[in-house]
Amino acid sequence: MDVMGYGQLLERAWPEIIVVLTAFVVVACDLVAFRRATAGARFGAAVAIGAAGCVGAVWKLMASAPVMNQTSMMVDTPLTRLVQAGLLVLTIVVLLLSVGAQFTEHVGEFVLLVLLGTAGMLFLVAAQDLLAIFISLELLSLSLYILTGFDKASPRSAEASLKYFLFGGMSAAFLLFGFSLLYGFSHSTTLSGIAMAVHEQPHNPILMVAMVMAVVGFGFKIAAAPFHFWAPDVYQGAPVQSAAFIASGSKVASFFIFFQVMVLGFAGAEGSASLTRMTSGWVPILVLVSCASMLLGNLAAIAQMSLRRLMAYSAVAHAGYMLLGYVAHTERSLAALLYYVVTYSLATLGVFGVLAVTEKANGDDSISGLSGLSRRAPFLSFCLAIFLLSLAGIPPLSGFFAKFLLFTSVLAAAPGSMLLLWLVVLAIGMSAVSLFYYLRVLKRVYVADVEAQAAPLRAPVFGQVVIGFLAASVALLGCAPDLLLNALVGVVRASGL
Amino acid sequence: MMLAWTIYISFAGALALLLLPQRFAAWSRVIALLLAVITFSIALVAFVEHRSGAMFTVVHRSWISSLGIGFDLRADGISLTLLLLTGAIGVCGILFSWNVEHRVREFFALYLLLIGAVYGVFLSYDLFLQFVFYEIVVIPKYFLIAIWGSTRREYAAMKLVLYSFIGSAMVLIGLIAAYVASGSRSLALGDLAGFAFTPHFQMWAFPLVFAGFAILAGMWPLHTWAPTGHVAAPTATSMLLAGVVMKLGAYGCLRVAMTLFPLGMGPWGFHFLGLGSWRDVFAVLAVIGILYGALVALVQRDFKFVIGYSSISHMGFILLGLMTLNQIGISGAVVQMVSHGILAGLMFAVVGRMVYARTHTRDLTALGRLHLSKALPFAAFTFVIAGMASMGLPGFSGFIAELMIVLGVWRAYPTLVIFVAIGLIAGVAYIWRAMQMAFFAGRDTEPAALEHPLEPITMPERIGAVLLIGASLVVGIFPQLFLNVIRPALESPLFSGLRQGGW
Repeated sequence: MDVMGYGQLLERAWPEIIVVLTAFVVVACDLVAFRRATAGARFGAAVAIGAAGCVGAVWKLMASAPVMNQTSMMVDTPLTRLVQAGLLVLTIVVLLLSVGAQFTEHVGEFVLLVLLGTAGMLFLVAAQDLLAIFISLELLSLSLYILTGFDKASPRSAEASLKYFLFGGMSAAFLLFGFSLLYGFSHSTTLSGIAMAVHEQPHNPILMVAMVMAVVGFGFKIAAAPFHFWAPDVYQGAPVQSAAFIASGSKVASFFIFFQVMVLGFAGAEGSASLTRMTSGWVPILVLVSCASMLLGNLAAIAQMSLRRLMAYSAVAHAGYMLLGYVAHTERSLAALLYYVVTYSLATLGVFGVLAVTEKANGDDSISGLSGLSRRAPFLSFCLAIFLLSLAGIPPLSGFFAKFLLFTSVLAAAPGSMLLLWLVVLAIGMSAVSLFYYLRVLKRVYVADVEAQAAPLRAPVFGQVVIGFLAASVALLGCAPDLLLNALVGVVRASGL
Repeated sequence: MMLAWTIYISFAGALALLLLPQRFAAWSRVIALLLAVITFSIALVAFVEHRSGAMFTVVHRSWISSLGIGFDLRADGISLTLLLLTGAIGVCGILFSWNVEHRVREFFALYLLLIGAVYGVFLSYDLFLQFVFYEIVVIPKYFLIAIWGSTRREYAAMKLVLYSFIGSAMVLIGLIAAYVASGSRSLALGDLAGFAFTPHFQMWAFPLVFAGFAILAGMWPLHTWAPTGHVAAPTATSMLLAGVVMKLGAYGCLRVAMTLFPLGMGPWGFHFLGLGSWRDVFAVLAVIGILYGALVALVQRDFKFVIGYSSISHMGFILLGLMTLNQIGISGAVVQMVSHGILAGLMFAVVGRMVYARTHTRDLTALGRLHLSKALPFAAFTFVIAGMASMGLPGFSGFIAELMIVLGVWRAYPTLVIFVAIGLIAGVAYIWRAMQMAFFAGRDTEPAALEHPLEPITMPERIGAVLLIGASLVVGIFPQLFLNVIRPALESPLFSGLRQGGW
């Protein structure tokens, strides 16, 4: 293993450095220059600086060619660069959605935490070493815990934050325990080193324990059942913008690194979950987690009265679908997984963007509060319909194409495999269930009659533009999937698995 | 080339109506009518131009290159026939919803979206594209029923959507499996139909995909969405639902399930309850549908439910015609699609628009007291004509369609002809009963007092009714017009697997 000097490391970490420096600039400006300005102006300035920093980082990512060094602690491949650029775009959207928010006076600190979380995600995506993975994950998680509790006036926000922190700490402990077992087993902390040791003894019991620990730890991050308990409370309690950040960017990064750890680190210990001959490995574990997530997420979502909790359970369900991409673990399924998680994040961000507006007007996030929204805010309702129908998988929106792509890649991984076929059957069947609860929301929005005194909803123009942009991208990526898909397939092929 | 514009114009029109300013809302029905007439004319011109019935390409562009999915629109005699039906029902549906006042822009926007998607399904050659259009149909249906519907509309709309979505989920599983099994290169119908799927694969894929489409075609016992949905829907939507949307299911059965997996209809090699293949199973289900629909229609109190269940019965004929696997039976099924599309549209127009919108009741006994044959003579006249056509009186479309299907059944399943005959007789009975109770009952009693006198039948309604009656007569008197394009389509290489697989 070649050792990387600090100079090299710094050079490679330019995008992250830009993001972190921007974070400090934002706090400094907010505390020094904008002390006496109104909250709106402070948010505007902080978001402008933060977004500019993210754009700079994206530019830096695009400007130079990747180094393609596979053996070091951090890798730099076309794939990681594309995912990092995607994460930065999602962060920019979250920042733009928080313009005009009123839940806090600590504007600079809010943006700082979002940017630090983003830096954590960027490192996480590039990390190939257990220690680097753990530290980046903690940087991300700690930012998210605080962001969840950022609404000091709301007891629910504090409760959610504490719950998130306790569950998160526990899962981090599981992860760390698993990692330490892995280190003891393989005498290496890099994924490639571990893979070599796994290759020699794929059925070692210590390895199995470590594998389960890793699934528990990452399963918590991606909110897969049965490690999803934090999700409904956090989605409901956190300020909308924090919830949007948790539901989008952090999901993308976690899904990506989870895939890397499983497929690269545990290569050779996949095991098999064919219906007739089961051998132990991580594939059977993930099959169970995936089925549990699809069933629990979709069935529990039916009973929800609050749109945010509904989104939380639907996130569990979507995690279940996405785990199918792990079960297949081919290059194609990785491309499909990334397409899925990106389009899913865009739609989820959009829903939270709409929620930010309606909650300000209604005071809560109940589904019944959305009654007659289409008459009060036709544009927002139309966008909400696009987001929810995309999540339900209705063509020609991107959610449908993402599902199609994922399911075909899963079946193509092992043609003729009955297990994969049954998993896909379950997933498609559960999507039919999901249409029911998404339509229940839209029924409120479009079908229910308006109360007589209901006035048109006042929504900030800027927010509407951002939401409209999200809706357009969800529709566009569904109608012309080649735009993103070709790039994804290209970088996955170029970077290899 | 022009045919693709039927889709584009409908979708663009839907968008334009949504963006129409509130003060021009009244114009939306005129715009919608205009666009529907234009798309109908395009379909008509294409029908006249392509007398050979052979398949021709409308648009073929690469779409999702990495998956081999193309934006591929083609038409042959069968799809041209159904496009023509879609256009005609689309125009008449707007004429019969001239009285919609509540959220009128959204109503016609969703209506055009629905029509555009239906055109899309009939035109698509790439199965991915077809599935996209097939699913787009689901959403406007829901809102049209849930917002503008009547009796238990939200329940009926959700039931209909879930049934449709479960059906399309079954289709999607079959499509993905077929796509992967054929090497993930192309989803064009011709390429997949040319691939030799293993008999084992076809044995499970065929019933899955066929049943998935047949849910939308109202196959017993998965038909229960249809009567409730039709009854709850506003007039134009029930016309479209029964007229063309149910045909999407039948079209998918023929065009996708039977074409891709012809061996799935072969014998199992054993008999279970006297059934030896999936073909037998679906044929028997179709016959049960014919009888069940007719007998249940015979005892309904609600006028619209009579028509709703009669649709189940008539759709049973279509599925049975498909399962005969001989040319006359399948051609008959396609003609029956057109015939039932026209007649169901006409009957729902009479019941929903001419009668219910004026009397606000659909209860047959209550209607009898109103002496409708005197109060609304045009409605009575139209229903009598539609009823005669639906019973299968020679000269109307129903006669020739059902005759061809019965001939086909006679060759394929001689024993089933008896049950079909019972179904035909019951068909006469329920139409007769409904006609008598709704329009000609209570001669000896005084007419019931009404708060408001019934408004006379308006001009758009008359035009729509005359158009549909005329269409039924054209199909009935000149069936060769359609058979001449359907036959070459069935003889095309696309159906060669089906022809070798037992017909």
